[in-house]
Amino acid sequence: MKNVFLLISASLLLIFISQPLWAQEKGQKIPSIKVKTLNGQMFDTDSIVNDGKPIIISFWATWCKPCVTELNAIAENYAEWQEQTGVRLVAISIDDARTAGSVKPFASGKNWEYDIYLDTNGDFKRAMNVNTVPHTFLISSSREVISQHTTFAPGDEEKLFEEVKKAAGK
Amino acid sequence: MIRKLIIFCLAGSGLMGNSLFAQILNNTGVHGNFELNAQYYDPDSAIGAPVVPEKMLSNGFANILITNGRFTAGIRYESYLNALQGFDPRYTGSGITYRYATYTSDELEVTVGNFYDQFGNGLVFRSYEERSLGYDNAMDGIRLRYNPLAGVYLKGFIGKQRSYFSVGPGIVRGIDGEFNTAEIFKSLADKKTRVILGGSFVSKFQKDDDPLLNLPENVGAYAARINLLHGGFSINAEYAYKYNDPSTVNNLIYKYGDAIYVQLAYAAKGLGLTLSGKRIDNMNFRSDRSAAVQDLNINFLPALPKTQTYRLATVYPYATQPNGEEGINAELFYTFKAKTPLGGRYGTGISINTSAINSIFTSPASNDTLGYETDYLKLGDVTYYRDLNVEITKKVNQSWKLILTYIFQEYNKDVVEGKPGVQNVHAHIGIADITYKINTKNSIRAELQHLATKQDHQDWAMAMLEYTISPHWFFSVYDEYNYGNEIKDDRIHFLNAALGYTRKANRITLGYGRQRAGLLCVGGVCRFVPASNGVTLSITSTF
Repeated sequence: MKNVFLLISASLLLIFISQPLWAQEKGQKIPSIKVKTLNGQMFDTDSIVNDGKPIIISFWATWCKPCVTELNAIAENYAEWQEQTGVRLVAISIDDARTAGSVKPFASGKNWEYDIYLDTNGDFKRAMNVNTVPHTFLISSSREVISQHTTFAPGDEEKLFEEVKKAAGK
Repeated sequence: MIRKLIIFCLAGSGLMGNSLFAQILNNTGVHGNFELNAQYYDPDSAIGAPVVPEKMLSNGFANILITNGRFTAGIRYESYLNALQGFDPRYTGSGITYRYATYTSDELEVTVGNFYDQFGNGLVFRSYEERSLGYDNAMDGIRLRYNPLAGVYLKGFIGKQRSYFSVGPGIVRGIDGEFNTAEIFKSLADKKTRVILGGSFVSKFQKDDDPLLNLPENVGAYAARINLLHGGFSINAEYAYKYNDPSTVNNLIYKYGDAIYVQLAYAAKGLGLTLSGKRIDNMNFRSDRSAAVQDLNINFLPALPKTQTYRLATVYPYATQPNGEEGINAELFYTFKAKTPLGGRYGTGISINTSAINSIFTSPASNDTLGYETDYLKLGDVTYYRDLNVEITKKVNQSWKLILTYIFQEYNKDVVEGKPGVQNVHAHIGIADITYKINTKNSIRAELQHLATKQDHQDWAMAMLEYTISPHWFFSVYDEYNYGNEIKDDRIHFLNAALGYTRKANRITLGYGRQRAGLLCVGGVCRFVPASNGVTLSITSTF
């Protein structure tokens, strides 16, 4: 009798435990976190949308050389990427008070056409479980994470574009 | 029979419960990240690497976040067995150091447990973490964020600060308001000029059990800020004042403290400019009077000079002097357009960054307990830091990219590192960072660096070679060589090799060699590493 009870308990436990695993098959949803625009306005990450087309979210900082190399590499072909797939790149700066004020002049000086937000307090970084920058997410039209990649090596941007095309159905 | 019935009921209720549970779980996300840094230490007296009795040390942590609609909860488990060299030994052992729950209901957000936050630029309050440096002054308490009207953002908190595996003795509480006039008054929404105002008040309480001194148990600090925007121009200014706060780090003086920070910025297509000024006077603000160094800071006083990442540029890094400093910084970012003489075929980027930091002017106070008097209009005569950075970024063709850097630094080692009598270091640094893209997947990157100085350890040279195969592999080898050292036995090579594998958000790096103390940036990330010799293993993962 004891054994039967144990068996039932164990199987129930197993079902409970396995549930979160099923739930995991879906990618992480973009959480609603307050960040700031480059003009100091409060901005909810809920508003990162792209009209049914894929979104790239790239965590970076002005002092992070590989991050800047990555964003420069994408910038070279960004217009073409947008034309082909309608993709939108959202660059989240994790610069703190020391360098946050330089983000806008820095990005302007680089001629970047990205939507840039300041995550000075690291709230969005923590919510997306980012360890180090650069960390780049590809987000589906339903605002779920399709894929993510950390670090940058030349050529990574081309693989990212392959994934963007797939996500855009091109 | 009865037993069977009980089991049947149990199973039934279990299944019913399960379907409900499943519904909840379907809307629940469980995510997190993990990091492990381990090192095997070889004894190496030549570089002054301390003997490690454990032979191997490791730091690790994992964050687990659960979200369901407007509810979020999270924990972090940290393990230091024992802490890596360079980390405070009070990080010893394992445990749950961070746990919180947050609920958001429209205009109100409530957090209980641990949280990170900051008011304005952080002059009176900032709690944050920098895991790679072992810095974490997370609050443990209650925080509310309230957004009653469009453009009005209020925050309030009360709690104690994290101190390694415990919390500090003081209670910290604060309120902050931010008002965006363009959101509050609809008539201002379309104006070219926008104004955001903010104000905060923070106070700490710590019991006075000093047998001799009459110490203030409550110490308050306030700050006011403005962010003014007009087209491409902006002004970000903040002033902070702290009431008398005798503590170990200010030699128990009863003087007030204050800080001012002003930044002017301009941004246009292809051009960015900033001009910043800062003055800090007696602004150590900690939740324990006897705390020092990195411990229990309530506020954050950012350093003005450029954040350096190249190896030899990090030999002399400046750190803010909270007891008093004043300085300025100017920076320029510009891109010469493509198809112009200076722009060449692809355009040329240039950035210039320069700073000057001095002591503040002080004179003896009329009353001993006040320590000193100061004058805003007079400049202190001790040079703390000077630098000039010029960086040129150039894409030569589809295969070659160049970053050329020249840096001059003057560094007051006496003040910054607390080494009395040491003269200021004047260093000239030149760096060539060259990338050659062999094809779409394979690249080679080389860094050649040289530091010339007549002071301290004299001249250094460094060469680094990195080979990457996108998107998974990197190999690197570098040597830092203190070839100019006056002492012949100290002309040491710091040779190091590393191998890394990245797949999606998982990354494994294995390294071997000697490391000089400093900020190490290889294969795409930067981390602080103390002087050591041995094998390093680093794993990071996001799930």
